[in-house]
Parts: sequence; structure tokens; C-alpha cells
Amino acid sequence: MGKGIFEVLFEFYPIFLRGLLGTLEYAFIAVFFGTIIGALIAIVHLSKNKVVAGIATVYVNVLRGTPLLVQMYISYFFIPMAIPALNSIDKVYYVLLALILNSSAYVAEIIRGGINSVDKGQTEAARSLGMTASHTMTKIVLPQAVKNILPALANEYIAMIKETSLAGTFMLYELMYTRTLLANKFLVWQPLFIIAGIYLIVTLVLSWVVRKMEERLSVSER
Amino acid sequence: MKDKGELLIETKGLRKNFGSLEVLKGIDEKIYKGEVVTIIGPSGGGKSTFLRCLNMLEEPTEGKVFFEGEELNPKKIDIDQHRQKIGMVFQQFNVFPHMTVMDNITIAPTLEKKIPKEQAEKQAMELLKMVGLEDKVNEYPGKLSGGQKQRLAIVRALAMEPDVMLFDEPTSALDPEMVKGVLEVIQQLAESGMTCVIVTHEMGFCKKVSDRVLFIDDGVIAESGTPSEIFENPKNPRTQAFLAEVLY
Repeated sequence: MGKGIFEVLFEFYPIFLRGLLGTLEYAFIAVFFGTIIGALIAIVHLSKNKVVAGIATVYVNVLRGTPLLVQMYISYFFIPMAIPALNSIDKVYYVLLALILNSSAYVAEIIRGGINSVDKGQTEAARSLGMTASHTMTKIVLPQAVKNILPALANEYIAMIKETSLAGTFMLYELMYTRTLLANKFLVWQPLFIIAGIYLIVTLVLSWVVRKMEERLSVSER
Repeated sequence: MKDKGELLIETKGLRKNFGSLEVLKGIDEKIYKGEVVTIIGPSGGGKSTFLRCLNMLEEPTEGKVFFEGEELNPKKIDIDQHRQKIGMVFQQFNVFPHMTVMDNITIAPTLEKKIPKEQAEKQAMELLKMVGLEDKVNEYPGKLSGGQKQRLAIVRALAMEPDVMLFDEPTSALDPEMVKGVLEVIQQLAESGMTCVIVTHEMGFCKKVSDRVLFIDDGVIAESGTPSEIFENPKNPRTQAFLAEVLY
């Protein structure tokens, strides 16, 4: 069995720490840019034009209906192969691209769901007052949708923290990648439990924060 | 009945289908300035749909709606400009829960009519006094009763200084003890000369305030007339049957 878990943790904690920071960073990048793209997709999805809305539906379905790992492989191997001009770009970005696009599909659904969750009567009241469609969206619908969207986005970030573990497969320095590093030192099982423990603590803490945030959002206005 | 003033709203051959369901089957109607028109009839007969076609919340499948002489066609005209002159009050109030009472009232006038905030707030205070909500000005709607929310919804619409007010079953979602206060506000408004089109199940109120009553059943205006014509001497057997059901 060799060294104990805590012994490994104390000896190699800088490695785990750096892995954790990588994980948090990649997850943040994925959700941040995913939100920007996802917001655009959601707007397109809500469009009255059936063809345009259909494109968004396909985008969301493809990215949510195929495994992230497959998307990463396609991004990592196929894009540089198909477009040789892109060969010089650091491979890290291909993995991040897959994470961002994957996240954008989930965020698009979160935003669309948040907007649709606002009672239709709100839109009707605003429009019947003569408010324009864009004012109705920005002043009436979105401020109410945000209450549903923000906690869901935070949950998406928590989910993404776990999803980024796949990036270790492509040598991105995140938490799961520390397993590879330490396996080289013949530490096979200890890092697994340490990694699992760190994921668990981080996700539990963040979930608690989200719950508090939801409580605060629901008491405002009352 | 009051003298007929200027023609305000006219519908010509108004039809509305929801899928294969024909809700309105051709309605021709004229509503004049200053008139108080109430619409009664059985549920599902098309009363609310008719009302919602008047400001294009529902787009007619066929037929036309004219408001102040202009055809309301969202594809051809700036419908928002016209809606500013057509106030609407909903069964479910639809007040904005994320805004204070004051902001509920001032948002549309300041945004869409570019009325200075100060002026809009002054006007809002007067309206709130009129409906007895001046002490709620800084509250959020979550703190208001149903009746208070509906009175807020009414003054929110009035703040746009509309030429007509549409009421879609304004008291149907209220607790019984809240109904009177809301009806009094509407009556006061009607008596002040505001043109009102009111879908309602409150027959006593209907008799009291209406210049004209429309009985809408099965997608058509089955009968129309003064309250006394409709309530005391209904000619259409469907009107008779409906009134026999609802009048206790």
C-alpha cells in the first residue's frame, strides 16, 4: 500500500493546490464564455423565425446530446487537422473550446428556461402599456428571470468543476491531472481519494453558497 | 344612453381561431367615445378573446380592428404607440413584482412617453390617492392584497392617459371582500367619462354602470342593448338561458 493519504497530501499539497486552481480557472473560463455564447443562443432560440430558432435547437441538442469527452477529442484532434493554419495554436485552447461550447449549450437552456419561467402576464401587461418589445424584455422579463438564472448558472459552474476533470486527459493542469503526475511517482491510489475529497469539499461548499444566494434572491421584494 | 360621440373602436368581421378551435366567428361592433360597454356571456364564449383583440394582444385570424380611425395591424403600424392609448387591466393583475408601487406606475410613462421622472411621480401620487394607495407608494406588490394589486394595475394603466380602458374580468381573481373596492374604482372612472370596455361576471355592477351590454356567446355577439333591454327583456333565447343561470 505504501504511504498513507494524509502523508501524500502533506508532501505534495502544492501540486494538488495548483491542480485545484487549474480546475477552478478552467471551469470559470468555460462558464464565463459559455454564458456569453449561451445568452446569444438563447436569444436566437426565442426568435419567432422558425429557421433561426431551429438552428439554436440543433446546436443545443448536439452539444447536450453527445459526451463532452467526444467533443474534446473532436476539438483537439480534428480542428487542427481540418484547418492546418490553426496548428500553431496551443492545444490547451482546443480543450477549452470544447468546454466553452459545451457549457454554452447548457447555459442557453438555463437562460431560455429562466425567461420562459416569467409569467406570460408580465409581458402582456408591459406590452399593453405600450412598452416596446425590447423594453419589456430588459425592464420587466429579464430582471425577474435573473432570479432563476443566477442560481442555475452557479450550479452550472459547480457541474463544470467536475466536467473539467476530463481535460486532464489532454494534459491540462487541473485537479485530475495531478493523478497522472503522482502516478509517475508510484503513488497510485492515494491521489484518487485526495482528488475525490477536494472535489467533494469544493462542490459542497459552493452548493451551500448557491443555496444561500437563492434564499436571499427569494426574500428580496417581499 | 348617452349621445353617441366620436367612433373610437370598430371591429369588422373579427375572427380568431386557436388551432382548429373557432373562438370568434365574425364580430362587427362599434364603440364610441365615453361609452361604458360591458361584455357578459358564458365562459369560453369568446369575451376575453374579443377584448384582447382590441389591443392586438391576440392577433385576429381574420377581420380588422380600427382604433381612432386607424387599422391596428402590427405588421403595418407601430402598435406600441396605439397601445399607449388603450389601457388594459387583467384578471390576474399582472403588476410587476420586482418594482415598487411607484415604479410600477412610472415605468411606462417615463420610458415610452419620455415624461420627466418628477412629473410622472407627481401624477402617480395623485392616482394613488384616488384609489387610496398613497401610503403603499414605496412597497413592493408582494405586500399588497389582491384588491390593492388590482387598483395598482388600474392606475398603472391610467398613468399612460389612455383614451379607453379595457377590463378583462377585473374582479374574478379577487377574494369576495375585495371586489367592491375595485368595482367602485372602475365605476368612478366610468362616471368620469372614460371609455370603458369591461368583461365581467358581476351582473349587478354591469346593470349599474353600463351604457350598453354585449352578450357574447359561441364567438358572436348574440345580443346587445341597454342594461334594461338585456336584463329585463332579453330577446335571444341564449341570453335568456344565460341570465336564468346567473341571476339569483
